[in-house]
Amino acid sequence: MKFSILVSEGPYTHQSSDTAYQFAKAVLAKGHEIFRIFYYHDGVNNATRLTTPPQDDRNIVNRWSKLAEENNLDLVVCVAAAQRRGIVDDGEMKRNGKDATNLAPGFRISGLGQLIEAGIQSDRLVVFGD
Amino acid sequence: MLHIINKSPYDRPALDSVLATGEGAILLIEDGVYAAAKGGAEESKIKGAMGKFKFYALTVDLEARGIADRVMDGITVVDYAGFVDLVADNKTCQSWL
Amino acid sequence: MTTKKFMMVNRKAPYGTIYAWEALEVVLIAAAFEQDVSLAFLDDGVYQLKKGHQTKGIEVKAFEKTWGALEDYDVTKLYVAQESLAERGLTADDLAVPVEVLSRADIGKLMEEQDVLLSF
Repeated sequence: MKFSILVSEGPYTHQSSDTAYQFAKAVLAKGHEIFRIFYYHDGVNNATRLTTPPQDDRNIVNRWSKLAEENNLDLVVCVAAAQRRGIVDDGEMKRNGKDATNLAPGFRISGLGQLIEAGIQSDRLVVFGD
Repeated sequence: MLHIINKSPYDRPALDSVLATGEGAILLIEDGVYAAAKGGAEESKIKGAMGKFKFYALTVDLEARGIADRVMDGITVVDYAGFVDLVADNKTCQSWL
Repeated sequence: MTTKKFMMVNRKAPYGTIYAWEALEVVLIAAAFEQDVSLAFLDDGVYQLKKGHQTKGIEVKAFEKTWGALEDYDVTKLYVAQESLAERGLTADDLAVPVEVLSRADIGKLMEEQDVLLSF
């Protein structure tokens, strides 16, 4: 079965990002496919590579990047939500005159159409939020 | 349909909304698992709804909150693999945020 | 393109959080993708539709104009929970756009018919 996941909250403040991650791992462990993980609202904050959580705490951003790399996952950050919250890749930096980028490895910034496409192409779409 | 509740019933009325709106399976996750604990004000409401809904609670969230030892009878405790199965077995799921 | 039935479930009040506003942006994109879009307003979500939002003082955009735009996108299926209106002392006359007022149970039945449920 093809699953997609919508992550609507950022790392640490809400448990949603953790739950979404554990769920994603369990989906793969069961032999299903993940079509896309889409990050919206504050969920885009899962994609900044500038976090430094305490050494003895889980590194939520790196965890997503690693899961994506090991399983060839498509992690998509909504461009409008990212612009509002300052998640920036090279393209956004040039387009909006910013002086830095901060997008973590494994993520890409794209439009809300990617969420709709995920709904169309997947058998199941699960929302994790507040 | 699968209804996922992630907030404590003492904090948000999501459980009431689900009971009024839907039917099928209710999965309690994150702070939603507090609804599964025996002896609380929600117990009779949940027991009353067991004819219409099948209730599930996520094991790791119960354990984290120290209430795994007091889950109401009639609520099935599942792990993340069970969570995935619930989503797969139901055509749609609604997260009552 | 495959057409699926998408229902956006709105349960949060406007302005106190951004969810309501960003949910609207999803609705417009889904309509642009020619999906079968409907909106359900339950609990505090019904407040999003109330007439007469004057948002100049809080310096954010008001919803009312965007509800009007939905029709241009062929999004006309707006369902509002009767009990949620009544609990809040509202009627359909208080709302900014034409809606279908249904019982929560009937909205629940509509939810069962959807392919994709998005909550914000």
